[in-house]
Amino acid sequence: MTATTTPTEPAHGVPAGEGLRTLAADWSSDQEVFKQVHWGKAMMWIFLLSDTFVFSCFLTSYMTMRASTIVPWPNPSEVFALTIGGHSIPLILIAIMTFVLISSSGTMAMAVNFAYRRDRLKTTLLMLATAAFGATFVSMQAFEWTHLILDEHVRPWGNPLGAPQFGSCFFMITGFHGLHVSIGVLYLSIIASKVARGHYERKGNYEVVEIAGLYWHFVDLVWVFIFALFYLW
Amino acid sequence: MTADITQPAPHEAASSHDAAPAKGSKTAHVRGQQHPISVYLKVWGYLFVLSTMSYLVDYFHVAGLLRWVLIITFMLLKAGLIVAIFMHMAWERLALMYAILVPPLCLGTLVLLMAIESDYTFWTRIIFFGKGA
Repeated sequence: MTATTTPTEPAHGVPAGEGLRTLAADWSSDQEVFKQVHWGKAMMWIFLLSDTFVFSCFLTSYMTMRASTIVPWPNPSEVFALTIGGHSIPLILIAIMTFVLISSSGTMAMAVNFAYRRDRLKTTLLMLATAAFGATFVSMQAFEWTHLILDEHVRPWGNPLGAPQFGSCFFMITGFHGLHVSIGVLYLSIIASKVARGHYERKGNYEVVEIAGLYWHFVDLVWVFIFALFYLW
Repeated sequence: MTADITQPAPHEAASSHDAAPAKGSKTAHVRGQQHPISVYLKVWGYLFVLSTMSYLVDYFHVAGLLRWVLIITFMLLKAGLIVAIFMHMAWERLALMYAILVPPLCLGTLVLLMAIESDYTFWTRIIFFGKGA
């Protein structure tokens, strides 16, 4: 590696053949495949890959159920409408939740950037903002669940709106996602407080912030799929 | 802003292939991913626009094949932006990229198989449960 290029750029602008040769060399070498990649980061990616499979199992089984039921599926557009100022706006609650989560991803990405610039104050504030967005998202989800359980009488084993599988799919998928968001809020708060206390400054390594960021972006990523496949279907 | 290098500099010169793993990875990541803030703001903007557009698909009751094409396109674009830019996958080594991005192809196969299966189940149900109705 030359001193002029940044260490993280080798994959960029390399001719295809050479890139593949590097790939083969990495995989066929001893000891370590993911060279120059922080160990924790590689492991977080492996964990996220396994989580991808878990969520995909849920989404695939949901898709199979929804496509094979002969009882009409409740229309998400109407179920998740909110009445604001006398007008019923379709799916607006979910749209707001989507924007909240995307905003949290934006602040997280910038937190990672400021962490590598060693700007502790901005990193801490942006991470706390991310956690706050996450907490807002979970609260809105709690509101949505309450509405569905108390007003619409949706249960995991059936509901008055239509296909009984709607309840089980909905609570399983959004519940599991909400659990991820809640854990993420805790995780980010802990890392943010460690950043504020100068823990990583002493170690001289802010990779941990990027690893936490990976987890958070993944939570947003899963929501992109849930939003499209569950709510917009 | 320049990076403060806590490790002595000589390790930096080690080539990517024969560097001792522990030291190589430590020095290489003192600086970490550095990209201008404007990249993130731009992607953030794109994500907002794409989300708004997928919401409008529902708002204007676009139906049929067009709805599916639009929703899936917006979904994949958003996912791609998040993984490539926010999660920095675009700047990672190929070894990591392939390890993470290839296995999900199995999931595509699963989705396809289950779509065929659900179609079969649906018509079986129509034939056997639909009689009385």
